[in-house]
Amino acid sequence: MLQINVENLRMQKLPHIWCPGCGNGIALSALTRAIDKLGYDHDEVAIVSGIGCSSRSPGYLNFNTLHTTHGRAIAFATGLKIFKPKMKVFIVTGDGDCTAIGGNHFIHAARRNIDLNVILFNNNIYGMTGGQASPMTPFGRTATTAPYGTVERNFDIMELAKAAGATFCGRATAAHPRLIESLIVKAAQNKGFSVVEAMLPCPIGFGRRNKLGGPVEMMKYLEENSVRVQKAQKMSEEELKGKFVIGEFYNKPAPEYIEEYDKIIAKLKK
Amino acid sequence: MAAVKATPKAEVTIKKDWCKGCGICVHYCPKGVLAMSENLKAEVKNPEECTGCGNCEIYCPDFAVSLRRIQ
Ligand SMILES: Cc1ncc(C[n+]2csc(CCOP(=O)(O)OP(=O)(O)O)c2C)c(N)n1
Ligand code: SF4
Ligand code: SF4
Ligand code: SF4
Repeated sequence: MLQINVENLRMQKLPHIWCPGCGNGIALSALTRAIDKLGYDHDEVAIVSGIGCSSRSPGYLNFNTLHTTHGRAIAFATGLKIFKPKMKVFIVTGDGDCTAIGGNHFIHAARRNIDLNVILFNNNIYGMTGGQASPMTPFGRTATTAPYGTVERNFDIMELAKAAGATFCGRATAAHPRLIESLIVKAAQNKGFSVVEAMLPCPIGFGRRNKLGGPVEMMKYLEENSVRVQKAQKMSEEELKGKFVIGEFYNKPAPEYIEEYDKIIAKLKK
Repeated sequence: MAAVKATPKAEVTIKKDWCKGCGICVHYCPKGVLAMSENLKAEVKNPEECTGCGNCEIYCPDFAVSLRRIQ
Protein backbone atom coordinates (compact mmCIF):
# COMPACT_ATOMS: atom_id res chain seq x y z
CA MET A 1 0.00 0.00 0.00
CA LEU A 2 1.24 3.48 -0.82
CA GLN A 3 -0.10 5.45 2.12
CA ILE A 4 -0.62 2.82 4.78
CA ASN A 5 2.34 1.17 6.43
CA VAL A 6 1.38 -2.49 6.80
CA GLU A 7 3.95 -2.84 9.56
CA ASN A 8 1.56 -0.84 11.75
CA LEU A 9 -1.08 -3.53 11.30
CA ARG A 10 -1.35 -7.07 12.61
CA MET A 11 -2.07 -8.39 9.14
CA GLN A 12 -2.72 -11.88 10.47
CA LYS A 13 -5.72 -10.51 12.43
CA LEU A 14 -7.32 -8.99 9.33
CA PRO A 15 -9.93 -8.83 7.88
CA HIS A 16 -11.49 -7.15 10.90
CA ILE A 17 -14.86 -8.04 12.41
CA TRP A 18 -16.61 -4.75 11.58
CA CYS A 19 -19.71 -4.61 9.38
CA PRO A 20 -19.54 -3.50 5.71
CA GLY A 21 -19.09 0.27 5.56
CA CYS A 22 -18.40 0.64 9.29
CA GLY A 23 -16.47 3.89 9.79
CA ASN A 24 -14.19 2.37 12.44
CA GLY A 25 -11.85 1.10 9.71
CA ILE A 26 -11.50 4.58 8.21
CA ALA A 27 -10.51 6.09 11.56
CA LEU A 28 -8.21 3.17 12.34
CA SER A 29 -6.45 3.66 9.01
CA ALA A 30 -6.08 7.40 9.76
CA LEU A 31 -4.58 6.57 13.17
CA THR A 32 -1.95 4.29 11.62
CA ARG A 33 -1.02 6.98 9.09
CA ALA A 34 -0.79 9.64 11.80
CA ILE A 35 1.54 7.48 13.92
CA ASP A 36 3.66 6.94 10.82
CA LYS A 37 3.86 10.69 10.17
CA LEU A 38 4.88 11.26 13.78
CA GLY A 39 7.80 8.89 13.21
CA TYR A 40 7.40 7.01 16.48
CA ASP A 41 9.01 3.61 17.00
CA HIS A 42 6.60 0.75 17.45
CA ASP A 43 7.89 0.13 20.96
CA GLU A 44 7.16 3.64 22.22
CA VAL A 45 3.50 3.65 21.17
CA ALA A 46 0.64 2.25 23.25
CA ILE A 47 -2.97 1.94 22.12
CA VAL A 48 -5.52 1.58 24.90
CA SER A 49 -9.22 0.89 24.47
CA GLY A 50 -12.31 0.04 26.50
CA ILE A 51 -15.12 -2.18 25.23
CA GLY A 52 -17.21 -1.79 22.11
CA CYS A 53 -16.90 -2.31 18.36
CA SER A 54 -14.48 0.63 18.17
CA SER A 55 -12.54 -0.69 21.15
CA ARG A 56 -11.61 -3.77 19.11
CA SER A 57 -9.15 -1.50 17.25
CA PRO A 58 -5.99 -2.29 19.28
CA GLY A 59 -6.28 -5.94 18.26
CA TYR A 60 -5.45 -4.93 14.70
CA LEU A 61 -2.58 -2.60 15.55
CA ASN A 62 1.04 -3.65 15.74
CA PHE A 63 2.04 -1.59 18.78
CA ASN A 64 1.84 -2.12 22.54
CA THR A 65 -1.88 -2.65 23.00
CA LEU A 66 -4.27 -2.81 25.92
CA HIS A 67 -7.94 -3.80 25.51
CA THR A 68 -9.43 -3.05 28.92
CA THR A 69 -12.91 -2.93 30.48
CA HIS A 70 -15.93 -0.86 29.48
CA GLY A 71 -15.46 2.83 30.21
CA ARG A 72 -12.06 2.43 31.84
CA ALA A 73 -9.65 2.97 28.96
CA ILE A 74 -8.63 6.39 30.27
CA ALA A 75 -8.11 5.04 33.78
CA PHE A 76 -5.80 2.26 32.52
CA ALA A 77 -4.05 4.72 30.19
CA THR A 78 -3.46 7.11 33.10
CA GLY A 79 -1.72 4.36 35.06
CA LEU A 80 0.34 3.38 32.06
CA LYS A 81 1.38 6.95 31.31
CA ILE A 82 2.41 7.65 34.91
CA PHE A 83 4.46 4.46 35.03
CA LYS A 84 5.99 5.00 31.58
CA PRO A 85 5.85 8.74 30.85
CA LYS A 86 7.80 8.40 27.59
CA MET A 87 5.15 6.15 26.08
CA LYS A 88 2.99 7.83 23.41
CA VAL A 89 -0.49 6.81 24.46
CA PHE A 90 -3.50 6.78 22.15
CA ILE A 91 -6.90 5.85 23.53
CA VAL A 92 -9.50 4.45 21.14
CA THR A 93 -12.92 4.71 22.73
CA GLY A 94 -16.56 4.73 21.60
CA ASP A 95 -19.09 7.43 22.42
CA GLY A 96 -20.69 5.11 24.96
CA ASP A 97 -17.38 3.96 26.41
CA CYS A 98 -16.04 7.50 26.70
CA THR A 99 -19.03 9.65 27.60
CA ALA A 100 -21.48 7.33 29.39
CA ILE A 101 -19.81 4.75 31.66
CA GLY A 102 -16.41 6.43 31.22
CA GLY A 103 -17.59 10.03 31.42
CA ASN A 104 -16.05 10.80 34.78
CA HIS A 105 -12.65 9.42 33.81
CA PHE A 106 -12.83 11.64 30.75
CA ILE A 107 -13.56 14.91 32.51
CA HIS A 108 -11.00 14.35 35.23
CA ALA A 109 -8.24 13.32 32.84
CA ALA A 110 -9.02 16.52 30.93
CA ARG A 111 -8.96 18.55 34.14
CA ARG A 112 -5.55 17.11 35.03
CA ASN A 113 -4.29 17.78 31.51
CA ILE A 114 -2.42 14.48 31.53
CA ASP A 115 -0.56 13.83 28.27
CA LEU A 116 -2.96 11.34 26.66
CA ASN A 117 -4.58 11.33 23.25
CA VAL A 118 -8.22 10.34 23.11
CA ILE A 119 -9.46 9.31 19.68
CA LEU A 120 -13.20 9.20 20.15
CA PHE A 121 -14.87 6.97 17.56
CA ASN A 122 -18.29 8.62 17.63
CA ASN A 123 -20.90 6.58 15.79
CA ASN A 124 -23.75 8.08 17.87
CA ILE A 125 -24.80 4.71 19.31
CA TYR A 126 -23.84 1.62 21.31
CA GLY A 127 -22.87 -0.43 18.29
CA MET A 128 -21.63 -3.63 19.88
CA THR A 129 -24.68 -4.27 22.04
CA GLY A 130 -27.20 -3.69 19.28
CA GLY A 131 -28.05 0.00 19.09
CA GLN A 132 -28.91 1.51 22.48
CA ALA A 133 -28.79 5.32 22.74
CA SER A 134 -25.59 6.86 24.05
CA PRO A 135 -25.02 10.36 25.46
CA MET A 136 -23.96 11.29 21.92
CA THR A 137 -27.04 10.05 20.11
CA PRO A 138 -28.41 13.24 18.57
CA PHE A 139 -31.67 14.54 20.05
CA GLY A 140 -34.64 12.95 18.29
CA ARG A 141 -32.74 10.02 16.78
CA THR A 142 -34.05 6.51 17.21
CA ALA A 143 -32.34 3.72 19.16
CA THR A 144 -33.50 0.41 20.67
CA THR A 145 -33.81 2.27 23.97
CA ALA A 146 -35.47 5.25 22.28
CA PRO A 147 -37.92 3.75 19.78
CA TYR A 148 -39.77 7.06 19.38
CA GLY A 149 -36.63 9.18 19.25
CA THR A 150 -34.43 10.15 22.18
CA VAL A 151 -35.65 13.04 24.30
CA GLU A 152 -32.18 13.52 25.78
CA ARG A 153 -29.89 16.21 24.45
CA ASN A 154 -26.52 14.96 23.27
CA PHE A 155 -23.11 16.02 24.50
CA ASP A 156 -21.00 18.24 22.31
CA ILE A 157 -17.68 16.62 23.18
CA MET A 158 -15.62 19.56 21.92
CA GLU A 159 -17.38 21.90 24.36
CA LEU A 160 -17.25 19.34 27.16
CA ALA A 161 -13.54 18.61 26.67
CA LYS A 162 -12.58 22.26 26.51
CA ALA A 163 -14.67 23.17 29.57
CA ALA A 164 -13.14 20.27 31.52
CA GLY A 165 -9.59 21.40 30.73
CA ALA A 166 -8.41 19.56 27.60
CA THR A 167 -5.66 21.48 25.81
CA PHE A 168 -6.21 20.19 22.27
CA CYS A 169 -9.62 19.52 20.71
CA GLY A 170 -10.53 18.75 17.12
CA ARG A 171 -13.28 17.05 15.16
CA ALA A 172 -13.47 15.40 11.77
CA THR A 173 -15.69 12.84 10.05
CA ALA A 174 -15.12 9.63 8.11
CA ALA A 175 -15.72 11.71 5.00
CA HIS A 176 -12.59 13.70 5.93
CA PRO A 177 -10.02 10.98 6.66
CA ARG A 178 -7.03 13.22 5.96
CA LEU A 179 -8.35 15.68 8.55
CA ILE A 180 -8.71 12.88 11.12
CA GLU A 181 -5.07 12.03 10.42
CA SER A 182 -3.75 15.59 10.72
CA LEU A 183 -5.74 16.22 13.91
CA ILE A 184 -4.27 13.08 15.48
CA VAL A 185 -0.78 14.31 14.57
CA LYS A 186 -1.47 17.65 16.27
CA ALA A 187 -3.08 15.93 19.25
CA ALA A 188 0.05 13.83 19.76
CA GLN A 189 2.27 16.89 19.46
CA ASN A 190 0.33 18.62 22.24
CA LYS A 191 1.89 17.90 25.62
CA GLY A 192 -1.36 17.52 27.51
CA PHE A 193 -4.82 16.01 27.24
CA SER A 194 -5.95 15.94 23.61
CA VAL A 195 -9.28 14.93 22.15
CA VAL A 196 -9.97 14.08 18.52
CA GLU A 197 -13.56 13.25 17.73
CA ALA A 198 -14.06 11.18 14.57
CA MET A 199 -17.72 11.11 13.49
CA LEU A 200 -18.22 7.71 11.89
CA PRO A 201 -21.03 5.87 10.18
CA CYS A 202 -22.46 2.81 11.92
CA PRO A 203 -24.71 1.64 9.10
CA ILE A 204 -26.00 -1.34 11.09
CA GLY A 205 -26.60 -0.13 14.65
CA PHE A 206 -27.51 3.49 13.88
CA GLY A 207 -28.08 4.11 10.18
CA ARG A 208 -30.56 1.34 9.50
CA ARG A 209 -32.85 2.21 12.39
CA ASN A 210 -32.76 5.91 11.49
CA LYS A 211 -33.30 5.24 7.77
CA LEU A 212 -30.06 6.96 6.82
CA GLY A 213 -29.35 4.61 3.91
CA GLY A 214 -26.28 2.46 3.35
CA PRO A 215 -22.59 3.24 3.89
CA VAL A 216 -22.27 5.57 0.88
CA GLU A 217 -25.38 7.56 1.82
CA MET A 218 -24.11 7.92 5.38
CA MET A 219 -20.75 9.14 4.11
CA LYS A 220 -22.49 11.66 1.84
CA TYR A 221 -24.54 12.86 4.79
CA LEU A 222 -21.37 13.52 6.81
CA GLU A 223 -19.77 15.18 3.81
CA GLU A 224 -22.69 17.46 2.98
CA ASN A 225 -23.43 18.60 6.52
CA SER A 226 -19.91 19.39 7.66
CA VAL A 227 -18.72 22.97 8.02
CA ARG A 228 -15.13 24.01 8.74
CA VAL A 229 -14.56 25.88 12.01
CA GLN A 230 -13.35 29.01 10.21
CA LYS A 231 -16.51 29.16 8.10
CA ALA A 232 -18.79 28.31 11.01
CA GLN A 233 -17.55 31.35 12.91
CA LYS A 234 -19.17 33.54 10.25
CA MET A 235 -22.48 31.65 10.29
CA SER A 236 -25.55 32.26 12.44
CA GLU A 237 -26.96 29.72 14.89
CA GLU A 238 -29.86 29.23 12.49
CA GLU A 239 -27.53 28.49 9.56
CA LEU A 240 -25.58 26.01 11.67
CA LYS A 241 -28.63 23.94 12.63
CA GLY A 242 -28.08 20.30 11.73
CA LYS A 243 -24.47 20.95 10.69
CA PHE A 244 -21.30 19.43 12.15
CA VAL A 245 -18.46 21.82 12.73
CA ILE A 246 -15.12 20.21 11.91
CA GLY A 247 -11.47 21.20 12.26
CA GLU A 248 -9.23 22.32 15.09
CA PHE A 249 -11.32 23.79 17.92
CA TYR A 250 -8.81 24.51 20.62
CA ASN A 251 -5.04 24.27 21.09
CA LYS A 252 -3.60 26.04 24.09
CA PRO A 253 -0.93 24.62 26.39
CA ALA A 254 -1.37 24.40 30.17
CA PRO A 255 0.64 22.71 32.96
CA GLU A 256 0.76 18.97 32.35
CA TYR A 257 -0.02 16.53 35.17
CA ILE A 258 3.06 14.29 35.10
CA GLU A 259 5.46 17.19 34.69
CA GLU A 260 3.91 18.94 37.68
CA TYR A 261 4.06 15.75 39.70
CA ASP A 262 7.73 15.30 38.82
CA LYS A 263 8.46 18.83 39.99
CA ILE A 264 7.06 18.01 43.42
CA ILE A 265 9.12 14.81 43.60
CA ALA A 266 12.27 16.68 42.57
CA LYS A 267 11.60 19.38 45.15
CA LEU A 268 11.07 16.88 47.97
CA LYS A 269 14.24 14.98 47.04
CA LYS A 270 16.41 18.05 47.48
CA MET B 1 -6.46 8.88 -35.12
CA ALA B 2 -7.29 6.59 -32.23
CA ALA B 3 -8.22 8.24 -28.96
CA VAL B 4 -5.12 8.80 -26.83
CA LYS B 5 -5.44 6.82 -23.62
CA ALA B 6 -4.51 8.55 -20.41
CA THR B 7 -1.44 7.14 -18.65
CA PRO B 8 -2.34 5.77 -15.22
CA LYS B 9 -0.34 7.21 -12.32
CA ALA B 10 -0.91 4.25 -10.06
CA GLU B 11 -1.88 0.62 -10.25
CA VAL B 12 -4.80 -0.20 -8.01
CA THR B 13 -5.58 -3.69 -6.76
CA ILE B 14 -8.48 -4.92 -4.67
CA LYS B 15 -8.01 -7.68 -2.14
CA LYS B 16 -11.26 -9.51 -2.91
CA ASP B 17 -11.17 -11.60 0.26
CA TRP B 18 -11.15 -8.50 2.45
CA CYS B 19 -13.57 -6.34 0.43
CA LYS B 20 -17.00 -6.20 2.09
CA GLY B 21 -18.67 -4.43 -0.81
CA CYS B 22 -19.57 -1.18 0.92
CA GLY B 23 -19.04 0.90 -2.25
CA ILE B 24 -17.17 3.70 -0.49
CA CYS B 25 -14.09 3.47 -2.75
CA VAL B 26 -16.29 3.70 -5.85
CA HIS B 27 -17.95 6.85 -4.46
CA TYR B 28 -14.65 8.57 -3.65
CA CYS B 29 -12.80 7.72 -6.87
CA PRO B 30 -12.93 10.94 -8.88
CA LYS B 31 -12.14 9.15 -12.15
CA GLY B 32 -14.55 6.22 -12.25
CA VAL B 33 -11.70 3.73 -12.11
CA LEU B 34 -13.58 1.49 -9.71
CA ALA B 35 -17.02 -0.12 -9.91
CA MET B 36 -19.02 -2.70 -8.00
CA SER B 37 -19.07 -6.15 -9.59
CA GLU B 38 -22.13 -8.36 -9.78
CA ASN B 39 -21.01 -10.30 -6.74
CA LEU B 40 -20.86 -7.04 -4.77
CA LYS B 41 -17.11 -6.62 -4.59
CA ALA B 42 -15.18 -3.61 -5.79
CA GLU B 43 -13.35 -4.13 -9.07
CA VAL B 44 -11.01 -2.14 -11.27
CA LYS B 45 -12.95 -1.09 -14.37
CA ASN B 46 -10.90 1.69 -15.97
CA PRO B 47 -7.32 1.30 -14.76
CA GLU B 48 -5.88 3.72 -17.32
CA GLU B 49 -7.86 6.62 -15.81
CA CYS B 50 -6.23 6.40 -12.38
CA THR B 51 -4.55 9.65 -11.33
CA GLY B 52 -3.04 8.16 -8.19
CA CYS B 53 -5.01 10.57 -5.99
CA GLY B 54 -4.99 8.01 -3.18
CA ASN B 55 -8.65 8.32 -2.15
CA CYS B 56 -9.56 4.65 -2.61
CA GLU B 57 -6.77 3.45 -0.32
CA ILE B 58 -7.50 6.02 2.39
CA TYR B 59 -11.31 5.68 2.38
CA CYS B 60 -11.53 1.89 2.29
CA PRO B 61 -12.58 0.83 5.81
CA ASP B 62 -11.24 -2.67 5.22
CA PHE B 63 -7.65 -2.13 4.03
CA ALA B 64 -8.72 -3.93 0.87
CA VAL B 65 -7.41 -1.39 -1.65
CA SER B 66 -3.76 -1.17 -2.49
CA LEU B 67 -1.99 1.34 -4.72
CA ARG B 68 1.38 1.06 -6.38
CA ARG B 69 3.02 4.02 -8.12
CA ILE B 70 3.75 3.61 -11.80
CA GLN B 71 6.94 5.38 -12.82
C1 LIG C 1 -19.40 -2.83 32.78
C2 LIG C 1 -20.05 -3.14 31.48
N1 LIG C 1 -21.27 -2.66 31.22
C3 LIG C 1 -21.89 -2.91 30.05
C4 LIG C 1 -21.24 -3.65 29.09
C5 LIG C 1 -21.93 -3.94 27.78
N2 LIG C 1 -21.41 -3.16 26.68
C6 LIG C 1 -20.47 -3.63 25.85
S1 LIG C 1 -20.06 -2.58 24.64
C7 LIG C 1 -21.17 -1.43 25.21
C8 LIG C 1 -21.38 -0.11 24.52
C9 LIG C 1 -20.56 0.10 23.32
O1 LIG C 1 -20.84 1.34 22.75
P1 LIG C 1 -19.70 2.35 22.37
O2 LIG C 1 -18.78 2.55 23.50
O3 LIG C 1 -20.35 3.58 21.83
O4 LIG C 1 -18.88 1.59 21.25
P2 LIG C 1 -19.30 1.04 19.82
O5 LIG C 1 -19.63 -0.41 19.99
O6 LIG C 1 -20.44 1.84 19.31
O7 LIG C 1 -18.07 1.23 19.01
C10 LIG C 1 -21.84 -1.89 26.35
C11 LIG C 1 -22.88 -1.14 27.05
C12 LIG C 1 -19.95 -4.13 29.39
N3 LIG C 1 -19.25 -4.82 28.48
N4 LIG C 1 -19.38 -3.86 30.56
S1 SF4 D 1 -22.49 -2.41 14.72
FE1 SF4 D 1 -21.92 -0.42 13.90
S2 SF4 D 1 -20.02 0.14 14.94
FE2 SF4 D 1 -20.33 -2.07 15.24
S3 SF4 D 1 -19.17 -3.03 13.57
FE3 SF4 D 1 -21.28 -2.80 12.87
S4 SF4 D 1 -21.35 -0.85 11.79
FE4 SF4 D 1 -19.48 -0.87 13.03
S1 SF4 E 1 -6.01 6.51 -6.76
FE1 SF4 E 1 -7.71 7.97 -7.08
S2 SF4 E 1 -8.10 7.85 -9.26
FE2 SF4 E 1 -6.87 6.03 -8.78
S3 SF4 E 1 -8.40 4.43 -8.39
FE3 SF4 E 1 -7.89 5.37 -6.43
S4 SF4 E 1 -9.45 6.94 -6.12
FE4 SF4 E 1 -9.48 6.38 -8.30
S1 SF4 F 1 -14.16 0.60 0.12
FE1 SF4 F 1 -13.02 -1.32 0.47
S2 SF4 F 1 -14.51 -2.74 1.36
FE2 SF4 F 1 -15.66 -1.02 0.45
S3 SF4 F 1 -16.15 -1.72 -1.64
FE3 SF4 F 1 -14.22 -0.60 -1.78
S4 SF4 F 1 -12.63 -2.15 -1.55
FE4 SF4 F 1 -14.53 -3.07 -0.86
